[in-house]
Amino acid sequence: MPTSCRRAVALVPVALALALSAQAETIAFTGATLMPVSDEAIENGVLVIEDGAIVAVGPADSTRIPRGATTIDVSGSVIIPGIVDTHSHIGEVAGGDSSDPIQPEARVLDSINIRDAGFKRALAGGITSVNLMAGSGHLMSGQTLYVKLRDGNSIEEIAYRREDGEVAGGLKMANGTNSQDEPPFPGTRAKSAALVRQKYIAAQEYKAKLEAADGDPDEMPDRDLALETLVEVLDGTRTVHHHTHRHDDVLTVLRLQKEFGYRVVLHHVSEAAKVADEIAVAEVPVSLIIVDSPGGKIEAMHLEPYNAKALEDAGARVAFHTDDYITDSRLFLRMAALGVRAGMSRDVALRALPLEPSKMLDIDDRAGSLEKGKDADFIVLAGDPFSVYTQVRQTWVEGKKRFDLADPDDAAIATGGFGALTPSNSELEFHGYGEAR
Amino acid sequence: MSRKVTGLLLVACWFAASAHAADIAVRAGVLYPVTSAPIENGVVIVTDGKIAEIGPADRVAIPNGMRVVEAAVVTPGLIDAHSVVGLAGYLNQPGDQDQLESSEAIQPELRAIDAYNAREPLIEWIRGFGVTTIQTGHAPGEIIAGQTLIAKTTGDTVEEAVIKPVAMVAATLGEGVIVQAGGARTSPGNRSKAVAMLRAELVKAKSYRDKSIAASNDDDKDAPDRDLRMEALAAVLAGDTPLLITVHRHNDIMSALRLADEFDIDVVLDGAAESYLLIDEIKAAGVPVILHPAMTRAWGEKENLAFTTAAKLIDAGIPVAFQSGYESYVPKTRVVLFEAGITLPHGVSFEQALAAITIESARILGIDDRVGSLEVGKDGDLALYDGDPFEYTSHAVGTIIEGALVSDTEQ
Repeated sequence: MPTSCRRAVALVPVALALALSAQAETIAFTGATLMPVSDEAIENGVLVIEDGAIVAVGPADSTRIPRGATTIDVSGSVIIPGIVDTHSHIGEVAGGDSSDPIQPEARVLDSINIRDAGFKRALAGGITSVNLMAGSGHLMSGQTLYVKLRDGNSIEEIAYRREDGEVAGGLKMANGTNSQDEPPFPGTRAKSAALVRQKYIAAQEYKAKLEAADGDPDEMPDRDLALETLVEVLDGTRTVHHHTHRHDDVLTVLRLQKEFGYRVVLHHVSEAAKVADEIAVAEVPVSLIIVDSPGGKIEAMHLEPYNAKALEDAGARVAFHTDDYITDSRLFLRMAALGVRAGMSRDVALRALPLEPSKMLDIDDRAGSLEKGKDADFIVLAGDPFSVYTQVRQTWVEGKKRFDLADPDDAAIATGGFGALTPSNSELEFHGYGEAR
Repeated sequence: MSRKVTGLLLVACWFAASAHAADIAVRAGVLYPVTSAPIENGVVIVTDGKIAEIGPADRVAIPNGMRVVEAAVVTPGLIDAHSVVGLAGYLNQPGDQDQLESSEAIQPELRAIDAYNAREPLIEWIRGFGVTTIQTGHAPGEIIAGQTLIAKTTGDTVEEAVIKPVAMVAATLGEGVIVQAGGARTSPGNRSKAVAMLRAELVKAKSYRDKSIAASNDDDKDAPDRDLRMEALAAVLAGDTPLLITVHRHNDIMSALRLADEFDIDVVLDGAAESYLLIDEIKAAGVPVILHPAMTRAWGEKENLAFTTAAKLIDAGIPVAFQSGYESYVPKTRVVLFEAGITLPHGVSFEQALAAITIESARILGIDDRVGSLEVGKDGDLALYDGDPFEYTSHAVGTIIEGALVSDTEQ
């Protein structure tokens, strides 16, 4: 055996040992103000992580730092949980095409460019988990995908998994004007609702056949990818993420939700203030967007920051989303700050970035707060999360530093510059529905 | 500067109807005149719409009976150096989109005053954040899309609002003007053709202008037949109207500078996403930059934009103003206050950011004799805030235009 090969063989156990020790590395972050979100803020707190998970969160005087732990002094910083974005279009996502308004069988999984610069921009904005969504140009534009922004070479490596091992995600639906078009697309709101109801009724019948067959291959209905997806919706293993703007469209979503009993999150909700009580009574959570002016289309004419306060006052559960490219993932904290500007309480606005959205994606067992046992997903901020002067210094995902403002390459992503973001997305149009209408 | 000034309530005292509508006194926890040092406990007295007095509260007496408003922080009314509000309506329907006419590539005769809708809701929206003056007009998207105007963000008619009916002629170079095959027009099909078309039109206008001058100096010579297009470009060649050129890529910026040099015209660079690559060239050309909104989307020709560009230009001594720009979708307009704020963690100081949306804008637009700073004799345009104006969680609490409180909602 040549020497070089022998050396290589000899190195393998060493490399393994290094990998193991790296995995087992314990890190304590000291000196920062910790905002666990699930609990009161802790000044001069200690956050201890090990094996990619949080093992301790507490005040410096009562939190033991394990022997051998690496200590990182982040005095003066503020640490909050990694942000969860319930609605983003980074990764060049695509869903259904223009052939049909209802395409639940289309998976964004099959479209994502994992090397898209959008993922880096998201990390620079402190985002650690994302619901990747197709556009709103369909009544059902396809299956969404929940991802964790850990390092990965394929979409499978970063996808959240359900208990059954399948990739986790929801179903994107839309009503209002974006999903209306020439036939076979609906031309009115009533037609939109009728098409959706008919499809869910087909799914109910399909589900009944599956249950009747009870696994008997001779009795099973022919496989139908669209109906299989909707059965998951009816079973509650797949949540509907519903684009909706106008007050009556919101009520239509609530009406269909009641009829078919599925789990739904309302997205955008420009006129949330008008139906905040109805939303709260239905106990349907809302993922809001705030942009810098109302309008851009008729159904967004009341898209004003006040929605955030109105929903809080009504007692509804609220998260925010970037809708990236509508807003830049790097500035996601700003959106919650604008909610505060419009009267939302700071505590509720802070919960709306990691904790509430993690519940909407069913990932709150692993993400959404700084709690022992959850994934070590957190961000180190230069100061007040809601200040224009505050920058994201570091973003950690499962105990690995994924963004560091002190690194020139990462800083270039945070600020932009020649070739810094080189997106391959210059041909993309918003949401895939082209010019505004 | 004070980043944590406690928000004071806006105290609007409604006095007898005899008080002149354009008279008002403004008390500020901190007053930023911009062209002079900040004043703690400052007072501004506006009479007949103009600033009559400014100074610390213990030296400036408020006349008896004068209406008084009060806020933690007061700045000059903000100036949005380039917008399309009033032409690009907020509902984004075919009937309210007058910012771009695509029948021809070069139409400098299109006046902004013939399209400006003074009652457009987006004007009121930006006014609520302290914006009192805008340059608005035809949007980027054709080699010459038309003219711009300068208006106050008040008034029910364009006549009431406008302070400069022809501000600039709006040009665009780069991918944005290139017409794809198969459309109603086929030209320009690339960058070279676009510049050639613009040069040819300027050459024609030069001849028109020369003939006009010759005729005015010599009774025996005939003036050319009136041509609105040529008149608009002749004003550019005469130095009366700057050419506002929207460009983003470095090569297109150089094309704009080449045009300024060839025709000896005043050029204002607009957008200029890659301007940080050409600091020396822009400085040597002596042209100002109305920089793209910091939060505009980084794609297409703007894919290389950076939050740090403003700081690099300002540090080099290049005049810089911020703009809300043109948006084709949501949000339908940006707010220049927010755009300036985004640059604060990226090398721009509070004072520089404030100057770029007040006095620097006024200078680039040629209206600094009237607006842009709080000085005796200037228009009584003020913006009131309950804290640091740039802070996300602060509020604009009042906007005053020529002594009239035109917005008093917390926004």
